[in-house]
Amino acid sequence: MASITLSDVRKVYPGGVEAVRGVSLDIADGEMVVLVGPSGCGKSTLLRMIAGLETISAGTVAIGGRVVNELEPAARDIAMVFQNYALYPHMSVRQNLAYGLKNRGTPAAEIARRIDAAAAILEIAPFLDRRPGQLSGGQRQRVAMGRAIVREPAAFLFDEPLSNLDAKLRVQMRVEIRRLQRSLATTSVYVTHDQLEAMTLADRLVVLNGGRIEQVGTPIELYEKPATSFVAAFIGSPAMNLLPAVRNGEAVTLPGGGKVAAALGPEVATLGIRPEDLVPGRRDDAAFTAELTVAAVELVGAESYVHGTTPEGGELVFRVAGRSAIAPGEGMMVSASAEALHRFGTEGRRLG
Amino acid sequence: MQENRPLAGLVAHLVLVLGVLIVAFPIWYTFVASTHSLQTILSPPLPLVPGDRFLDNYGEALVGGIGQIGGVGIGRLLFNTAVMATAIAVGKIVISILSAYAIVFFRFPGRMVFFWLIFITLMLPVEVRILPTYKVMVDLGLIDTYTGLTLPLMASATATFLFRQFFLTIPPELVEAARIDGAGPMKFLRDILLPLSKTNIAALFVILFIYGWTQYLWPLLITSDSRMSTIVIALRKMVSFTDADTPWHLVMVVAILAILPPVMVVVLMQRWFVKGLVETEK
Repeated sequence: MASITLSDVRKVYPGGVEAVRGVSLDIADGEMVVLVGPSGCGKSTLLRMIAGLETISAGTVAIGGRVVNELEPAARDIAMVFQNYALYPHMSVRQNLAYGLKNRGTPAAEIARRIDAAAAILEIAPFLDRRPGQLSGGQRQRVAMGRAIVREPAAFLFDEPLSNLDAKLRVQMRVEIRRLQRSLATTSVYVTHDQLEAMTLADRLVVLNGGRIEQVGTPIELYEKPATSFVAAFIGSPAMNLLPAVRNGEAVTLPGGGKVAAALGPEVATLGIRPEDLVPGRRDDAAFTAELTVAAVELVGAESYVHGTTPEGGELVFRVAGRSAIAPGEGMMVSASAEALHRFGTEGRRLG
Repeated sequence: MQENRPLAGLVAHLVLVLGVLIVAFPIWYTFVASTHSLQTILSPPLPLVPGDRFLDNYGEALVGGIGQIGGVGIGRLLFNTAVMATAIAVGKIVISILSAYAIVFFRFPGRMVFFWLIFITLMLPVEVRILPTYKVMVDLGLIDTYTGLTLPLMASATATFLFRQFFLTIPPELVEAARIDGAGPMKFLRDILLPLSKTNIAALFVILFIYGWTQYLWPLLITSDSRMSTIVIALRKMVSFTDADTPWHLVMVVAILAILPPVMVVVLMQRWFVKGLVETEK
């Protein structure tokens, strides 16, 4: 049980590449924080610096109030779950779970007690005497989590633990990780590139881009009020429609929008509208209207995503509940209300 | 491949049986000759079934001592050769594992320099460096010692290379998981790396044991005392240029005895050997 504090943490690789450019973050005791971002945004590097697997170029990492910059991973009281499980292939599941405890000199009786407890929670008791090679991917991931749980660490670090699983198992394990983290109330840092995983798991979400924090907040805050156009595009599926605004004298026009209400300020560079906020048909009170030619319709079951192009060449996606009768090639109008418009300035910052 | 064609199976077996006969016949012939008296061997044709002098010939060779090789018993020579082959195999494996471990898992100044130095020695066979090596051994007073017999053959770029390649296939996350689990470098080597390498070690042991057992040039140079000689050298010394002096029945006994230990090593370690060459347990 501990909080984690990052103060202006930086990582510069010997070649001069800056992977993490000054990240400050407070993670409260028992909180589950998800680091999310595209490949190369520095999220894994940041996690590995917390774990002690990467050196910290500048700034400090503190776990439970103790600065751990110079400590070996084993001395940091953390446990990590890896994407490829990283189980010791020549040891039985039981030995895998026991190895870290044995190295710390935990008494055999205590090791056995903790393994039994973890095995019961994770339902891996039947496989305790098997080798990892004899287990399925999902079972291996449970064992990897078991190895983290038996340590009873101050913090769990997850490095894309579900990426190697198939879609169905991923959803199931996602729910399970969440339930487990809640019941153990152990501070957790979870790295993923999957925004859905991030949304569903996080108490707080940290969106990283180019080694910097774009925004920190609860998933719903980030969804409803993205601080930058980057966060807006990254969170939510399908991604938010982002239309570049073209300054035309005093007025601002959008290549994709047939009509934009005056609410759009002169400093707006990009206008964002979520696919679920675009409604088919013309409405007089709409703040935004566009004329579309339907290019493709994606049917995903409970809903359909309609991809359309405006006469000016802009692209828009919108969501229709259920099966849609819209066919490719059709022309139609879509509109959105004023509350649904996200406005971003020239730097990509949110306005208002 | 699962095929059900009787004719093809028959042909395949014929070819295999023929191959086995070609390989096995000289060995059988050697064994047969080792159980006959010298007179029988020298008056052709040699029978194809073993004779009645098995105990006499083997007893004479093992216990009696043979004139042509300085009166040393074969037992002593087998012991020398076994010591040499085992020491070379074990020594090479230990040194190679440690150097490969250092090169793969540690970052230290000059790492690549060391790697290339080892790599370059691959291009220098024993024969090329044999005279300087001999001079060094003479200066160190290691002529006619087990150290002199084995030490120069121990350093092995090939084995280092093999272990390096194997270590490189170990996922970095495994090393990291071990670090988080509190395993220092020695613990990681002992608890994780060595158990994972055991099939490779077994396969390499078989290959290196046979390599050591069949060494000829180096033992010939480094030993002058017949009591330090190896079985391969002895075999060569027993065959004299004037045919009449050669105790052929004993030569055959020594040949059989020289073959047996490597064969036993291969047979006993076969399971591990094949595993090491075929399987990569992940």
